[in-house]
Amino acid sequence: MPEMTVIEAVREAIREEMERDPAVFTLGEDIGARGGVFLATEGLLEQFGPERVLDTPLAEASIGGIALGAAVNGMRPIAEIEFGDFIWPAVNQIIGEAARVRYGTQGRRTAPMVLRVPYGGGVRGGLFHSQSIEVAFAHQPGLKVIAPSTPYDAKGLLKAAIRDDDPVIFFEHKRTYRLVKGDVPDGDYTIPIGQADVKRTGSDMTVISYGLVLHYCLEAAATLADEGIDVEVIDLRTLRPLDTETILESVRKTSKAMVVHEDTKAGGIGGEIAAVIAEEAFEDLDAPIKRVAGPEVPAMPFSPLLEAEFMPSAEKIAAAMRELAAY
Amino acid sequence: MATIGIELPHVGESVTEAVIGKWLKQPGESVEKFDALVEVVTDKVSMEFPAPHTGILKSIVAEEGETVPMGAVIAQMDVDDATAKAAEAASESEAEATAPNRVGTLIQGANVGPTGGTFRDTALEDQIAKRAPVAAVAPAPQQSSGERSYSPVVSRLAAVNGIDLSTVTGTGRNGRVTKQDVQTAIDAGPSTSSTPAATPVTQPGPVGEDLVIDPSPIRRMIASHMVRSVSEIPHAWSTVEVDMTGLVACRTAQRQTFRERHGVDLTFLAFTIYAVAGALRDNPLVNSTWEDGKIRLKGRVNLGLAVAAPDGLVVPVIQDADREGIAGLAKKIAPLVERARSGSLALADVQGGTFTLNNTGTLGSVLGGAIINHPQAAIVTTEAIVKRPVVLSGPQGDSIAIRSMMNICLSFDHRVIDGAEASAFMQAFKRNLEVWTSDSELN
Repeated sequence: MPEMTVIEAVREAIREEMERDPAVFTLGEDIGARGGVFLATEGLLEQFGPERVLDTPLAEASIGGIALGAAVNGMRPIAEIEFGDFIWPAVNQIIGEAARVRYGTQGRRTAPMVLRVPYGGGVRGGLFHSQSIEVAFAHQPGLKVIAPSTPYDAKGLLKAAIRDDDPVIFFEHKRTYRLVKGDVPDGDYTIPIGQADVKRTGSDMTVISYGLVLHYCLEAAATLADEGIDVEVIDLRTLRPLDTETILESVRKTSKAMVVHEDTKAGGIGGEIAAVIAEEAFEDLDAPIKRVAGPEVPAMPFSPLLEAEFMPSAEKIAAAMRELAAY
Repeated sequence: MATIGIELPHVGESVTEAVIGKWLKQPGESVEKFDALVEVVTDKVSMEFPAPHTGILKSIVAEEGETVPMGAVIAQMDVDDATAKAAEAASESEAEATAPNRVGTLIQGANVGPTGGTFRDTALEDQIAKRAPVAAVAPAPQQSSGERSYSPVVSRLAAVNGIDLSTVTGTGRNGRVTKQDVQTAIDAGPSTSSTPAATPVTQPGPVGEDLVIDPSPIRRMIASHMVRSVSEIPHAWSTVEVDMTGLVACRTAQRQTFRERHGVDLTFLAFTIYAVAGALRDNPLVNSTWEDGKIRLKGRVNLGLAVAAPDGLVVPVIQDADREGIAGLAKKIAPLVERARSGSLALADVQGGTFTLNNTGTLGSVLGGAIINHPQAAIVTTEAIVKRPVVLSGPQGDSIAIRSMMNICLSFDHRVIDGAEASAFMQAFKRNLEVWTSDSELN
C-alpha cells in the first residue's frame, strides 16, 4: 500500500475524480500553471487543460459565486480558497446562497460544490495565513463541513465530498500537508461524511479532536499510556453533521470527556460537543468536560514564541489529560 | 553495542500477566545468557526468569511489585550488534503483516509552508524545546466542608447497586469518590463497610495499635484468585466419613518393606491420591471445567496438591495421577512437595491441574469447606484421621468399636455437578480408601 502525505492524497483525490466524472472541474487562485501555492493541483492543468483547471482573479467572492452557479447548473466544481483567512468575501455565496439552495427550491435544485480551504497555524503564517475558521461554517445548516487529519481520511473524504450533492467545505490543515504521512490504498474508495473515527481505543477518558492537533492528542495519549492512563482518541473527521453516536458511545464507556482544538475556545466546536454530551450522557459523567483550545486573542501571532504559546501541543494536552484523569 | 528491550515471556496457558518479584541483577551489571535475571510471580508459580542474551543490564523498566502483561518490556539490555540484529529479526517475524498506517505519522523536519511564500522556516520545535515544561498541576487545598458531592455517574451507579456512598473511600482529587471507586465497592458486594485505602505500613505501631501489612505479590495473587473463584463459581459442599482403620493397618504393616523396596516413605498421601485419582477416572464430571457455558471433561487426571509454602499456598500438579500405582505416586510426591516447600517449583510442576486435593488433616482440621481452584469443577479435602467410637453392624448385631475415622469434604461447582454426581464421586473415593487391609498387595 503506497505511503503518501496529506497533500499527495488531496491531489490524487482531485485527479481521480476529474478522470472519473467530466462534470468535475477545479478553480482557484494560482491553481493552474502554478499548481496552487501548496501544489495541491500540480500537474492537473497539463492533464486536463485550462477548461477544467481555472485560474481565477484574486477575488474570493467570485470564486464562490462561479462555483455556486456552475453547481446549480449541473457541474461539480472544486474551488480552492488559497488561505482560509481570505474566505470572508465569499461567505455570502456560501452561507447566504449555497447552503440554502436545496431548502429554498424544495429540493428541485442542489449545489454539488466543494470548497477546499487550507486552514490552521503552526506554520509561521502570522495574522493572515493561520486562522482556524471552520466553526463559522460548522454552525450553518445546509453545509457539510469536513476536516480530515490523515492522508487516508483526506483522500476518501474528499472523493465523498466531490460526489455529494450538497455544498461541502473541506478544511485541510496546512501543517499536516507535508507533516503527516500514512498509507493510502490504491484505487477508488470513499469514506462516508459524518462518521468519526476512533483513532485510539482506551478506557479512562475520551479525547475528541480533529485536524493537526489530533496528532498531538495521539502523542499525548501514548505518553500517558506509559503512566498507566488509558486514553481513547476520537477523530471527528466531519464537523457537520457531528457523529454524536460515536462520541456518546465512547463517553458512556469512559465517563470523562475532553475536546481539543486549535480554534479559540469560546464558541468553538468544543462547546457544541460538550453540550451534546451534557444533554445526552449527563448520567454517565464522572468529571466536568474539559476543553483545550487556542487562547482568546484576535489572530495567530507572528512571533514564534507567541505562536507556540497559542498552539495546543502534545505537552499541554498531556497535562490536561493528567488533570482529568486525577479528578 | 546496541540496546534492546527484554520482554516478559509467555509462560503458560491462561497466564496473561505476572508480578515482578526481586531483580537479581542491577543496572550496570553484566549478565550471561541464562543467568537468573528477575523473579517473576504468576498466579501459578514463582520462577526465576533467565536472561535471554549475554550483555549488560542497562535499565529496569518494570519495578518490583509491578504487574505487567506477558510480552511487555521489563528491562533494557546492552548487547552486541549481532545479538540485537537476531533479536530484532525474531520479533519482526513475529509481527508479520502490520496493519496499514491509516492514523499517519509525523515527518520530522517537513517543510510545511506554501511554496514561494516567505515563511518557509516553520519549525517551532526549537522554540518550544527551550520553554519550561508545563508545570505539574498542584493539588487544590483540601476542602474542609463535611458535605461531599458526587458526579452524575457515581450517584447513578450507587443508587442502582445499593451502595452507601458515605462508606466509599474516594481516590479522586480531594478524596472525591470516582466512578472507579464505586465500581470497586460494587465488586466487593453491596453496602460494605468503609475500607480505607490501605497505606502500607511495615513497622509495627505503638502497643495497642493496628498493624497494616503490605501483602507479598503471592499473597495478592492468592487473594484475587480466591475472590474470582468465589464470585464466579456457585459452591456446594458434601462431607463423607471414611473408615481408615484398614488403611492405617496396611501402612503400619508394610511401611518397612515398602521403604526397602522403593526407597521412599509409604505415606497416607500416596494412598489418598491413588484413591482420588481412581474416583475421578470413574466420575469424569468431577474432573471437568465450566467454560463459556459449556462443560469440558478433561482428558487427563492431573491432580493438584495444595501445599503450604513459606510465602503462601502453592499447588504442584501430579500429571496423569490415575496411571500410577502407590509406589509410583510415592516416588513422585516426595520431590514435588520438597520443591513446593522450598519455593523452587518449575513452571511445568504447576501446569495443567484438573482437580485439587487439599490434605488439611495434617493441620489438625476435621471439617472444611475449601474454595475451588478456579477454573476446576471441584476440590476435596482429606481431614485429620481421628480414633473414634463407631457403631459397627455385624452378623452378631451392632457393636461399638474404636476405629480410625477421617472426613473427606468436597466443594463442587454446582453449575457442573449436582448432589447425585458429587455423592457418586465421594462414595467411590470412600470405597477406594476403605479397601485396604494389612496384607493388601501394594502395586
